[in-house]
Amino acid sequence: MTTPSRPEEADAELPEGTWELRLYVAGRTPKSLAAFANLKRLCEEHLAGRYMIEVVDLLEQPQLAEGDEILAVPTLVRKLPHPVRKIVGDLSNTERTLVGLQLRPRAGGPS
Amino acid sequence: MSEADITARAGLPKAPTGIDGLDDVLGGGLPAGRPTLICGSAGCGKTLFGIEFLVRGATRHGEPGVLFAFEETTRELGENVRSLGFDLDALAAKKLLKVEHVRVERSEIEEAGEYDLEGLFVRLGHAIDTLGAKRVVLDTLETLFSGLSNEGILRAELRRLFRWLKDKGVTAIITAERGAGTLTRHGLEEYVSDCVILLDHRVDEQVSTRRLRVVKYRGSAHGTNEYPFLIDEAGVTVLPITSLALAHDASRERVSTGVPAVDDMLGGGYFRGATVLVTGGAGAGKSSLAAHFARAACGRGERCLYLAFEESPGQILRNMASIGLDLAPWVGRGLLRFRAIRSMHYGLEMHLTSIYKLVREYRPACVVLDPMDSLAQAGSVPDATRTLIRLIDYFKAGGVTALLTNLGSDAGVADSGMNVSSLVDTWLLLRNREHGGGHTRAFRVLKSRGMAHSNRVREFRLTDRGVELGAALTGTEGDDTTTDGGNE
Repeated sequence: MTTPSRPEEADAELPEGTWELRLYVAGRTPKSLAAFANLKRLCEEHLAGRYMIEVVDLLEQPQLAEGDEILAVPTLVRKLPHPVRKIVGDLSNTERTLVGLQLRPRAGGPS
Repeated sequence: MSEADITARAGLPKAPTGIDGLDDVLGGGLPAGRPTLICGSAGCGKTLFGIEFLVRGATRHGEPGVLFAFEETTRELGENVRSLGFDLDALAAKKLLKVEHVRVERSEIEEAGEYDLEGLFVRLGHAIDTLGAKRVVLDTLETLFSGLSNEGILRAELRRLFRWLKDKGVTAIITAERGAGTLTRHGLEEYVSDCVILLDHRVDEQVSTRRLRVVKYRGSAHGTNEYPFLIDEAGVTVLPITSLALAHDASRERVSTGVPAVDDMLGGGYFRGATVLVTGGAGAGKSSLAAHFARAACGRGERCLYLAFEESPGQILRNMASIGLDLAPWVGRGLLRFRAIRSMHYGLEMHLTSIYKLVREYRPACVVLDPMDSLAQAGSVPDATRTLIRLIDYFKAGGVTALLTNLGSDAGVADSGMNVSSLVDTWLLLRNREHGGGHTRAFRVLKSRGMAHSNRVREFRLTDRGVELGAALTGTEGDDTTTDGGNE
C-alpha cells in the first residue's frame, strides 16, 4: 500500500514544528485502512497544516521493520517531535491514540 | 513394538542439534521442520542450547540460522557465548547466522485498537529468506506477554506463529520460562506439540547439578530419563549414560597389575576391561597398588587416567617416588594424566559428566579412581553409589580397565557405606595387622571372577622398589583363608 499522504511542499523543507509520523502496516487490510483513516482524521483535527504521514508497507519493505522495532501492526511511530513514541493498533481508540501521541495528558495520573 | 518405535523406524526426519550427547537422547535430533519447546527456570541454560543448536547447524550441517533474542541484545549474547568459543559475529559475516534483538518494552508502547503480530512475522520471514535459514531460535518468546497487554491477540498470534514456522519448514527452538506447576509460564506447551524438552538446574547443599529431560517427542522414540548436562568451555554436553546396555564384551586378555607377585596370584593379571576394587584401611597401600597398575599401563604404551579425589598430583607423585615408583616421566609423555577433583567441588552428576567427557577426550585404556568413597561427600551414600555404578558401566562399555580404591577396614561394607562389590570383577583386600608391637600388611584376593586365583593371605610390603608380596601369612584371625566369591 502506498498512500501519497505526504503534502507536495513537505518534500522540500519541513517547516519548524512539523510532526513526522510513520505508519507501519502489512498489506491493505481492514486494520491498516482503518488505522490510516483514523490517523488522518486525528491529524486534521489536532495538527492541521503541521504534520506529515509516511506509510510503510512491510510486505513491500520488510527490511524497514527492524529499525523501528516493529512487532505489531499497525504501528504508528511519532518520529518528531522527540521523544519517539509508538502506538500499536488501528487507532480506533481515539483517547489512547491522543495520549500516546502526547496530544492529551494521560487521564487518572501516571500509569 | 510400540507405535513410537514403528514411526521412528519409518524415519521421522530429524535435524541433528550437534550438541554433544543430545542427539543420542533424541534418537538423532530435533523434529526437522518443526518447532521444539525448551523450557526451564532462569539460568538453566536455555539460551545456550538455542545458540549452540544454531552454531553447530551453521558450522557442521551447513544450515544457516536465525536467532530472535527478545531478552538480550545482540552484543550481550555475543559476549556471553564468546567464552564458549562461539564467534557469532564471524558467522554473521559469513551469512550463516542472523541475530536480531527484538525489543519489547511496555512503557514505550501505547495500545489503541486492534492489531496483530504481522510485523514479527515479516521480520522473521525476511531474516529466514535472506539467509535461506533452516534453523530458527526464538529466545524468549514469552517476553511478548510482558510487552503487550492484549492476551487474546497474543495467544491467537502465537498459535498462528507456530503453524507459520511449520509451513516455513524451519527447525525451530522456542525457549520459555518454567511456570509454577506448569511447564511454561504462559502455557506455550499448548501450541508446541511435537517436542518439549525440560531443563533443570538444582542446587542441593551448595552443589549444583544441571539436568535435561525430554518431556515429549511425538512420533519418535527418545530417552526418558533425566540426563545430566554440563556447560563448559566447549559448550553443552549431555550424557546419555543410563542408556548403556549390559553388552560389555568379556575379554580374555590379561593386563598386568604392575606387581609380578600379584599377577601370579591372579594367574596373569586383571582381565582387560575389568573393574578392580582395592579395599583397605588408611595407609594400607591402596594407592601404591593403583600406582603400580598405572605405571604398568604406561609401560605398555597405554594411556592411563588417574582420578585423584583426595591428593594432588604433586602429592601422589612424591609419595610414589618414595617407594621407587617414578611416574613423572609418564606424565611428561602424555601417557599418564592426573585429574585432581575435590569431591565437594560440585554435584555427583557433574562429576559423572566431567569424568565421562574426560574419558571420551583422552581415551585411556586404564583408569584409577582413588578413592571412590570421596564421591559420598558430594551427595548421599545411595546417590554416590548409583553414580559409581554408572561410572563402572561406562568404563565396562568402553573396555576401560578400571581400578577403584575404597577405605574399609574389613571385607564387608566399606567405611563410607558405599558398596559396589557385586559389580566388581576383582576385589583385593589390604589389611593392617598389629601383632606384638609390630605391624604388617596383609594382602589377599577376595574374589576374581572368571579366573582361578590364589586364596592365600600374603604379606604386603612397601619397599623402595615398590610393592612386594612376602610369604604366606598364617592366619591369626581365623577367617583369612576362607574363599569368598572364588571362581564365578
